Amino acid sequence: MSNELTPIDNSALPQHSPRATDVNPASEKRAEQQVAILFGLSAVGSLLLIYSYIFVKDNVFIFIPIMGNQNAQQLGIGIGMAMSLFFIGIAAIHWAKTLMPDKEIVNHRHEFRSSDEDRAELVQTVKEGVAGVQLGRRKLIKRSLGVAAGLFALPPVLLLRDLGPLPGKKLETTNWKAGTRLLTDPGNRPILASDLEVGAVVQVLPAVADMEHRPLSDIAKDPVLLIRLRPEEFQLDAQRLAMTHEGIIAFSKICSHMGCAVALYEQTTKHLLCPCHQSTFDVTRAAKVIFGPAARPLPQLDITVDAEGYLVARAPFNEAVGPSFWERNSQ
Amino acid sequence: MTATEKIVGNTANFVDERLGAAKWVKKSLNKVFPDHWTFMFGEVCMYSFVILLLSGTFLTFWFDPSQKEVVYNGAYEPLQGLKMSAAYASTLNISFEIRGGLLMRQIHHWAANIFMAAIVAHLLRVFFTGAFRKPREFNWILGILLLTLGLVEGLLGYSLPDDLLSGTGLRITSAIIQAIPVVGTYVSFFLFGGEFPGTDFIPRIFTLHILIIPGIFLAVITIHVMLVWYQKHTQFPGVGRTEKNVVGHPILPVYMAKAGGFFFVVFGITAFISAVASINPIWLYGPYTPGQISAGSQPDWYMGWLDGLVRMAPPLETHAFGHTISWNILIPAVIIPGIIFTGMALYPFIESWITGDKREHHLLDRPRNVPNRTALGVMSITFVMVALINGGNDIIATNFDLSINQIMWFSRIGIFILPPLAFIITKRLCLSLQRADRELLLHGAETGRLLRLPHGEFVEVHAPISPEKAYQLQSHEQLVPLEIADVDARGVRRPGALKNKLKRRLSKAHAVSIPKVTEQELKEIENH
Ligand code: HEM
Ligand code: FES
Repeated sequence: MSNELTPIDNSALPQHSPRATDVNPASEKRAEQQVAILFGLSAVGSLLLIYSYIFVKDNVFIFIPIMGNQNAQQLGIGIGMAMSLFFIGIAAIHWAKTLMPDKEIVNHRHEFRSSDEDRAELVQTVKEGVAGVQLGRRKLIKRSLGVAAGLFALPPVLLLRDLGPLPGKKLETTNWKAGTRLLTDPGNRPILASDLEVGAVVQVLPAVADMEHRPLSDIAKDPVLLIRLRPEEFQLDAQRLAMTHEGIIAFSKICSHMGCAVALYEQTTKHLLCPCHQSTFDVTRAAKVIFGPAARPLPQLDITVDAEGYLVARAPFNEAVGPSFWERNSQ
Repeated sequence: MTATEKIVGNTANFVDERLGAAKWVKKSLNKVFPDHWTFMFGEVCMYSFVILLLSGTFLTFWFDPSQKEVVYNGAYEPLQGLKMSAAYASTLNISFEIRGGLLMRQIHHWAANIFMAAIVAHLLRVFFTGAFRKPREFNWILGILLLTLGLVEGLLGYSLPDDLLSGTGLRITSAIIQAIPVVGTYVSFFLFGGEFPGTDFIPRIFTLHILIIPGIFLAVITIHVMLVWYQKHTQFPGVGRTEKNVVGHPILPVYMAKAGGFFFVVFGITAFISAVASINPIWLYGPYTPGQISAGSQPDWYMGWLDGLVRMAPPLETHAFGHTISWNILIPAVIIPGIIFTGMALYPFIESWITGDKREHHLLDRPRNVPNRTALGVMSITFVMVALINGGNDIIATNFDLSINQIMWFSRIGIFILPPLAFIITKRLCLSLQRADRELLLHGAETGRLLRLPHGEFVEVHAPISPEKAYQLQSHEQLVPLEIADVDARGVRRPGALKNKLKRRLSKAHAVSIPKVTEQELKEIENH
């Protein structure tokens, strides 16, 4: 190019200047000692590790400024290991830098592209190889090979079929049925409407046969939050209002966004907040989303009381709880 | 001949008579590695991977990858009597009853973070210096593969202890899978062995985490390093360094001693951090149950930016014909990462299409000399940083007395405005750095000393720069835009007018740069 300029010769390396350790025997000696000390420190580290592992009890704590109380055994093993490794490394690097020859050398590069003859020969070889297979001539073999190869790929996929059951309607059903009692979680106690004061929030689970061993996949769908407000605080349409009982409203606790537990309730604003991505739901307006990435309100559970006055579900959830999925009918 | 020499000689003879390895080994030991501090990031990746293999293997001796329910009666009192999975209980056991177990867990987790950080630093070094250009595109793509694998491997590892935090991460992962149209629900049921969370998932991801993915890692890392070996390392421009050579220390002994020593240094530092800084204290979170959650749920930082994108997504779903499409999940968690990773993998080819440059490159670029690429890189970093900040919006809000609302809106707007802004600023900055280089070359370095001329004017004294420095400042190539005519030599319109136009514009934007100093200019200065 026209504006390239070559003011200095680029064919030779810059002058190599010797290090202190190359010319001065005293500093050479000193460097040697430094390397030895570093290796020694590594040995001290290993000994510290061995000592801490064998002789320090695991209930001894020592106070270290800034870090506070530390378990002496863990700390001794950790610091010992760190020293043992670190100083071997530093010693080797120091050795290399001060005492090993530091003259740079030059290797030459070659272009990666193969020569045209080599390429042509390769093409020829491949062509001959392919011709030897004679697929073009042997139609029968070609077809049967196609069939075999196609089928051969299926079994490995099929063998994975039992990884799990098909979804069916599982994501749309919970253990809430008409008449299912609401039980406190934890405790599994039934709840009277009068047990809840205005402003109270309770987490409940449905009464099921084996309450001691609920599968986690049930706990991933069943939890419900009960919140009691003063009835006049609600801004609900008639249908939603009918699903509440004496100011008690019930929502699925499983976030409609990605399924975290909607765990935070703010008394003053009457907002439910999901800690995962901060979707915020307004309890007074049927858990309408007022902030965050969730696109749907939390499903509301229709509740009433049974003959003994305990809170029960009047009907199952009328939509799937938790995060969305392709088959979900969200209208 | 000493006794050692004799033993070494005999062994070498034994091996060489059977493998004929002497020639190859001799050549390899003379292999040259150029030196630069930024070349260490790749080494850190490799060493922390080895640390992960060692510490991870240690953990497998006691870790029980099972979701069977057990009642805890181990050494950690606050959780005694609680029901939990065997996986969680065994992680408590490693932390409290195995001597050095907690240290190993922390080494494993810190090493995972250092591993990812080193991958990112390494990637940025390769990007900003143009080391990905021909003939190294394969290694660039392998690098992107390693980055992606690292994200997955880290997520799976984080999930293994089955504590409240990791379970929450899995809940979110399962929701992302479920959101994929048509097949999502099925894929999720097959992965989890039914409904989330089920009892199959931990054993399954254990196999992936300790066997399959590390195996793939090992294979890919091996190819990656062998390619570096075969293609030889790139080097920064400087006196004596050309596209045709490589200058540095030979493998034996200096490079070997330094690199080997550096492995111990990385391991030692990781051990030190793990000895003094707690990470993932799972006993504080409690066992996983989907009905609960701990406030301030956070993934590791390398996943945090994705979480931040999910947090800032608008609440969009399409409901039609009895189906639901969750754009609020698909866009931030599937589509955007898909575009970013594909774009990254293809970048070497995109750039060479824009510049029309099909030559081999072994000398690295100084980032300022390719302003467009550098600006693109800074733009991408800015994008990820805004997302990452939003991923920690709850933590930032509590620590800096802001509302989550404010941070969320800052991010939602910032993610559109800040990256382009970063692009423009970086490009200008590169150009002014080029201008400064030009000044330096023409007028020498400013000394800060003032000189009063006879007629009273003050001028600053400039000191000439060394020939090595001067060489470095002008050794790059002047970028020139491609000339693409819409009509061919006979005046006929060429096909693909739109493509040509795009290419011309991109090429022009890419070639924006300050003219290099010419020989003539230098002469004029000298004669002055
Ligand atoms: C190459 C990249 C790897 C990454 C990024 C990675 C990452 C992680 C992370 C973040 C954890 C959670 C640690 C905690 O805080 O408890 C973990 C756990 C675990 N990893 Fe890895 N790991 C890697 C490789 C390996 C390998 C090669 C093995 C075994 C051969 C292994 C075995 C384990 C085991 C058994 C656990 C669970 C035990 C526990 O958490 O205490 N990992 N991994
Ligand atoms: S899971 Fe609740 S906001 Fe994302």
